[in-house]
Amino acid sequence: MTQLPQSTERKLGLVIDLDTCVGCHACVIACKGWNTENYGAPLSDQRPYGDEPMGTFLNRVHSYEVQPEGGAAQTVHFPKSCLHCEDAPCVTVCPTGASYKRVEDGIVLVNESHCIGCGLCAWACPYGAREMDQAEGVMKKCTLCVDRIYNDTLPEEDRVPACVRTCPAGARHFGDFADPESNVSRLSAERGGMDLMPELGTAPVNKYLPPRPKDSWDEDSVLAPFLEPVVSDAGGFLGWLDKQLSRLPGDTHREER
Amino acid sequence: MASQPKLDLSTKVSDEIRQTTCYMCACRCGINVHMKDGKVAYIEGNRDHPVNQGVLCAKGSAGIMQVNAPSRLRAPLKRVGPRGSGEFEEIGWDEALEMAAGWLEPIRRTAPEKLAFFTGRDQSQSFTSFWAQNFGTPNYAAHGGFCSVNMAAGGIYTMGGAFWEFGQPDWDHTKLFMLFGVAEDHDSNPIKMGIGKIKARGAKVIGVNPVRSGYNAVADEWVAITPGTDGLFILSLVHELMKAGKIDLDYLSRYTNAPALIDPETGLLLRDGDDKVLVIDTVTGALTPFDQKGVRPSLSATHEAEGKTYVTVMAKMAEKYLDPQYAPEAVAERTGIPAAKIRKIAAELARVAFDESFELDRSWTDFRGETHDKMIGRPVSMHSMRGVSAHSNGFQTCRALHVLQILLGTVEVPGGFRFKPPYPKPIEAHPTPHCKATPDSPLDGPHLGFVRGPEHLALKEDGSPARIDKAFTWENPMSAHGLMHMVISNAHAGDPYKIDTLFMYMANMSWNSTMNTSGVIKMLTDQDETGDYVIPHIIYSDAYSSEMVAYADLILPDTTYLERHDCISLLDRPICEADGAADAIRWPVVEPDRDVRGFQTALIQLANLMKLPGFTNEAGEAKWSDYADYIVNHERKPGIGPLAGFRGESGDQVGRGAVNPDQLDRYIENGSFFVHHVPEEASYYKPWNSAYQDWAVELGLFDAPQPYLFQLYSEPMRKFQRAAEGHGERQPPEHLRERVRATMDPLPFWYPPFEDDRVDTSEFDVHALTQRPMAMYHSWGTQNAWLRQLHGTNPLYVPTKLWEKHGFQEGDWAHVTSAHGTITVPVAHQAALNENTVWTWNAIGKRKGAWALSEDAPEARTGFLLNHLIHELLPPKGDGLRWANSDPITGQAAWFDLRVKIEKTDAPAGDQAQPAFPALKSPVGKGPNELQWQVGETE
Amino acid sequence: MHPATSVILFTTLSGVGFGFLAWLGVDPSPPTGLGAFWAFTLAFGLAVGGLIASTFHLGHPERAWRAFSQWRSSWLSREAICAVAALLVMAVYAAALIFAGRHLPLAGWIGAALSLLTVFTTSMIYGQLKTIPRWNTPLTSALFLSYALTGGALLSGRITAAVMLLVITALLQFTWWRRGDSALAESGSTLGTATRLSDRGTVRSVAHPHSSPNYLMREFIHVIGRKHAQKLRIIALLLTAALPILILVFIPAPTVALALAALIHLAGVATARWLFFAEAEHTVGLYYGLR
Repeated sequence: MTQLPQSTERKLGLVIDLDTCVGCHACVIACKGWNTENYGAPLSDQRPYGDEPMGTFLNRVHSYEVQPEGGAAQTVHFPKSCLHCEDAPCVTVCPTGASYKRVEDGIVLVNESHCIGCGLCAWACPYGAREMDQAEGVMKKCTLCVDRIYNDTLPEEDRVPACVRTCPAGARHFGDFADPESNVSRLSAERGGMDLMPELGTAPVNKYLPPRPKDSWDEDSVLAPFLEPVVSDAGGFLGWLDKQLSRLPGDTHREER
Repeated sequence: MASQPKLDLSTKVSDEIRQTTCYMCACRCGINVHMKDGKVAYIEGNRDHPVNQGVLCAKGSAGIMQVNAPSRLRAPLKRVGPRGSGEFEEIGWDEALEMAAGWLEPIRRTAPEKLAFFTGRDQSQSFTSFWAQNFGTPNYAAHGGFCSVNMAAGGIYTMGGAFWEFGQPDWDHTKLFMLFGVAEDHDSNPIKMGIGKIKARGAKVIGVNPVRSGYNAVADEWVAITPGTDGLFILSLVHELMKAGKIDLDYLSRYTNAPALIDPETGLLLRDGDDKVLVIDTVTGALTPFDQKGVRPSLSATHEAEGKTYVTVMAKMAEKYLDPQYAPEAVAERTGIPAAKIRKIAAELARVAFDESFELDRSWTDFRGETHDKMIGRPVSMHSMRGVSAHSNGFQTCRALHVLQILLGTVEVPGGFRFKPPYPKPIEAHPTPHCKATPDSPLDGPHLGFVRGPEHLALKEDGSPARIDKAFTWENPMSAHGLMHMVISNAHAGDPYKIDTLFMYMANMSWNSTMNTSGVIKMLTDQDETGDYVIPHIIYSDAYSSEMVAYADLILPDTTYLERHDCISLLDRPICEADGAADAIRWPVVEPDRDVRGFQTALIQLANLMKLPGFTNEAGEAKWSDYADYIVNHERKPGIGPLAGFRGESGDQVGRGAVNPDQLDRYIENGSFFVHHVPEEASYYKPWNSAYQDWAVELGLFDAPQPYLFQLYSEPMRKFQRAAEGHGERQPPEHLRERVRATMDPLPFWYPPFEDDRVDTSEFDVHALTQRPMAMYHSWGTQNAWLRQLHGTNPLYVPTKLWEKHGFQEGDWAHVTSAHGTITVPVAHQAALNENTVWTWNAIGKRKGAWALSEDAPEARTGFLLNHLIHELLPPKGDGLRWANSDPITGQAAWFDLRVKIEKTDAPAGDQAQPAFPALKSPVGKGPNELQWQVGETE
Repeated sequence: MHPATSVILFTTLSGVGFGFLAWLGVDPSPPTGLGAFWAFTLAFGLAVGGLIASTFHLGHPERAWRAFSQWRSSWLSREAICAVAALLVMAVYAAALIFAGRHLPLAGWIGAALSLLTVFTTSMIYGQLKTIPRWNTPLTSALFLSYALTGGALLSGRITAAVMLLVITALLQFTWWRRGDSALAESGSTLGTATRLSDRGTVRSVAHPHSSPNYLMREFIHVIGRKHAQKLRIIALLLTAALPILILVFIPAPTVALALAALIHLAGVATARWLFFAEAEHTVGLYYGLR
């Protein structure tokens, strides 16, 4: 049913830390591997060994540059997958009811056996989170690994999305945003979690932590702490050394000055 | 609301999990291979594994596409067309091995050095070197020489251990992490995990790199250094720190050779009759061996004897580094780093090391018998890899970096840099090189090692190089990893001699693993006046249809990493962490569906065919039938074998113990790895910590405790320098004398990269670099169907200044010209880049016909190699000599010295990057046009 | 947006088909017998043909029946229902005219309303999308309805109405383009809001996630065709309005004039529809640094 639930019991989603992501694409491929083998049709690849290879991916990492006024440019790696919006426009446009937002946890899913592959949901999504599988003709999207997070056959610590489990830098966090005490709610609150394109009113559940301020040492206004010279030449250094060494006690205490 | 579909959310993920070790790169993480219907269904990280603790990178997760790649070789191949044509005939293994033995056996019996056996990206070097040693050839090495030997040798000569994967920052305690150069290619997951830990705490990362990509993207402070000037920058930091007295005097006094006394005549250190370094004790004022109980070595004392005044290494360093040539203002222009920023970084290093120092409440006892009740943290850590090392001044730069760490007292202390077993290990614990080839006999010892002076050079009696790659000669005396990049060039030139058979493994020497690709292709196919190939026989082993396959006469097809036995051994390059010794295995989680054999098994079978000495028992029978047999049953020393875990008949012995026939099963039960933890009191100060030394002896890492001092002053280097000054029996030839004297400075210094002296730097005013993307390691595997979608093209990234200067637009092309050649390539704009540097992803460019790719694949069309611009020799200077484009100390290939000029040009026809080569005939055909991969029953 | 042939055909043909049906429904003296047969065959042929063409871009057309279920939220579902309802009602209306020679004005008016409602629902499929600011305006519905009525007027032989509607459509189309050209900028969505990085500097895409174009880029970013957009706009206006008007005014034979004008107009509509898609910028393009 493509009407959105009034509210969901939980709001499961991701926090993605842009200050930590090194752009290694581990999440992209773990997602590809898991979702090729699990929920729904495999994620196909067209021309996998040819010109313009094109596969279905549910998570992709962009690379951006930010050029501050006058300072050094910054590089930001930017993973992007479904944000499981509270007001998900992709759901309401679906003519068949294949797209839906789960009442119990807010995950936006596609029921592939009802999907006619019209592509309208992908058009309605501002973020490029939905991709039509070219071999299967159905819409694919991030399931938040719904077949992992509740899976009794997996050890409890593995009941997280594949991208979160694999992220080497720990830049991805999974949890319930409806619970203000959850890891994701707290991280988002502490580090200023952001919505993408808030002006579109989609109310994304996933939050992005902004990169911390960078290159503050380049700013002339910041006074560099001055390393007070104790000597100016080698001879002076040895004299200073003598003085220091005579102050070094014989045991474990250290003094560097 | 209508009801939602009911989902079965607890479907079984797989029939079975088989745990083995990843080999999508040299990181070697533990993986859970999920199997369905006997096939690989999904790969994830093993949470219990010491290396990756459950995480896995893009490469690891894409392993399924590697195991099923269409480019996999299917059977041994015999060349039937001319070399380079790619025309082969599939043959059986018996024929293949007999063919190889037919070439090798005669040279073994007459002149074993006529075999050059170089094993590329091999990680079983303790085994392959054993094979080569028993064959008797001195010509063996892996690929370290063109990779990062400067980093390895610089670390080992200075502090008895290196970065690579042999050490790690103390991620849990460090407060400032400083990263030099491109480092994404080794120890990849542990470093990413470490950066994650640092970031979670909000600690700072400084990135020193001309390119702000990868780890440098998350660096809080970016230092956009000019390539090749890292040494200058580091020594400027040293200058500032020494001038401000912000160095750890206690640490320097106790644990380094800073208090050692230098003989003013010889430049060697003052030693006693037992060859122990002597110091002046501050307590007694007496000259005494450094390691005596209660001795507090003086950093500033002088010693008068025989009319000579001995001064300390520390004094020598003060003299050298307080010189104004290292002042921030003096180096700012050359390094491209403002003086104020250098000062700020020095100040921060000092502040964090000393003002944010902390104590761990752990007592420990040092080698002098002194017990310390606390471990004192210096929470500054550093890491570096190829970036700073792949320069002709790389060795001295790596040394400088370690000297900086040591001056701050941040090595092997809480919050600093920590070694992983089997390191730390002094130079004295390493073998020296051996090169004496005797017909029908094994070599006189291990090939590679660490020279202590000219007496260990691999020279023949007439002074000519004993090795085909000229490792351990005056051209590069400390070439601990050999010089794989010089083998084909030297063999072709017959310099120092001709060879008969070139035998290589996992090294794409006709493409991206070589400098001067076109030239090397010519050398591989060159014929003499009689029509014979100049390099008569070439045997190559690879699992995939790489570019090199076409240039061999005989191909021994290897398996993929999930189809084989391997051991990641403490005798070799293990998977240890700072808190534990660990090793691991691979085992065939799937059986090959092709007529292929693991390379090591093929080597054993070849050895058995030739009845090589170490492989044959006294009764003349083969000792081992395959690699698994060798892994379990080989003993390097009694009780010590390739694997340290589950030894002894009942499998309960660690490190030392009898052969356990069930050892591999025990490993498999344990997730294919074994870990033995370092006791808490042994976890820091390892080179000097008695508890660690005893633990290491017990484990069999070495036979007796071997505490040592960090070598700020490198005596081995001084010995070479002294020879160049005219002392001793072995002295460099005249044309090298001045270079050896200048570069073998026992204290780190900086000199401009050699290429700068040979080309007009105002014409070739741009630095050109490469790096591998994190999602695609060295191209030792195939073009993976998933990963090649991430990086299937490689533009030349151009900084804003040059972008605007040349009026480039997106989609434009450029001629890039070096002293050696020109390439025509697509360009892209990158602002976060040193303003005089361009770069591209390495080894994305592929030759048409290779890797089972279609000929219009982007890799073979717009993809390109920078290798065409880099020669293995420096531009000639008119003396008729061949000067290697390598570090003069270690022979490390100086990839990153490259200087180019760029100019805008029209896109070539068909957007075909230049130079383009004719397509190779594929021995495996082409990959399918669509993949809809799913194994097992679909739900 | 990728200008898919199936969708251009669909909106062009069924638009004019339903427009024609609407005119037939409200005609106080509609044709009967054979005349009605040919008229309704053409109208149904266009409407149904368009609808069939629209299924060509479906991944699973055999499940198309499911599209009737979500009328409460989905304009596409509403369109499916309206289209079928319109066709059914008009089928009764047509059958009465063809076979019984009877005129059922109420059925005609209801059928006409449903036909226009169908065109409106089609327009809302596009007009509702906030992700494509160029489309996200009530003008899109006005434009679609205007095109449908114009084409219908031409086919139903109403020269005066057709000329007036041609002028209105041309003005609407022109206005729609003008508004559209600044729509993305005025929507406020930028790479800066897409990444939320704009507070620290100018954001640009330095590398796409994958080095070859993916589904999203092929579907949402159509850079190549836009190079000729201005020329195509002139051609579209000439074909949709200027030439048909000239033909209707200056060619004396009304049947020939109407047929020629209708054909040229349809070609114009197809051109305008190609531009409708090809020029549309989706917010996904922002993430790729492209439009």
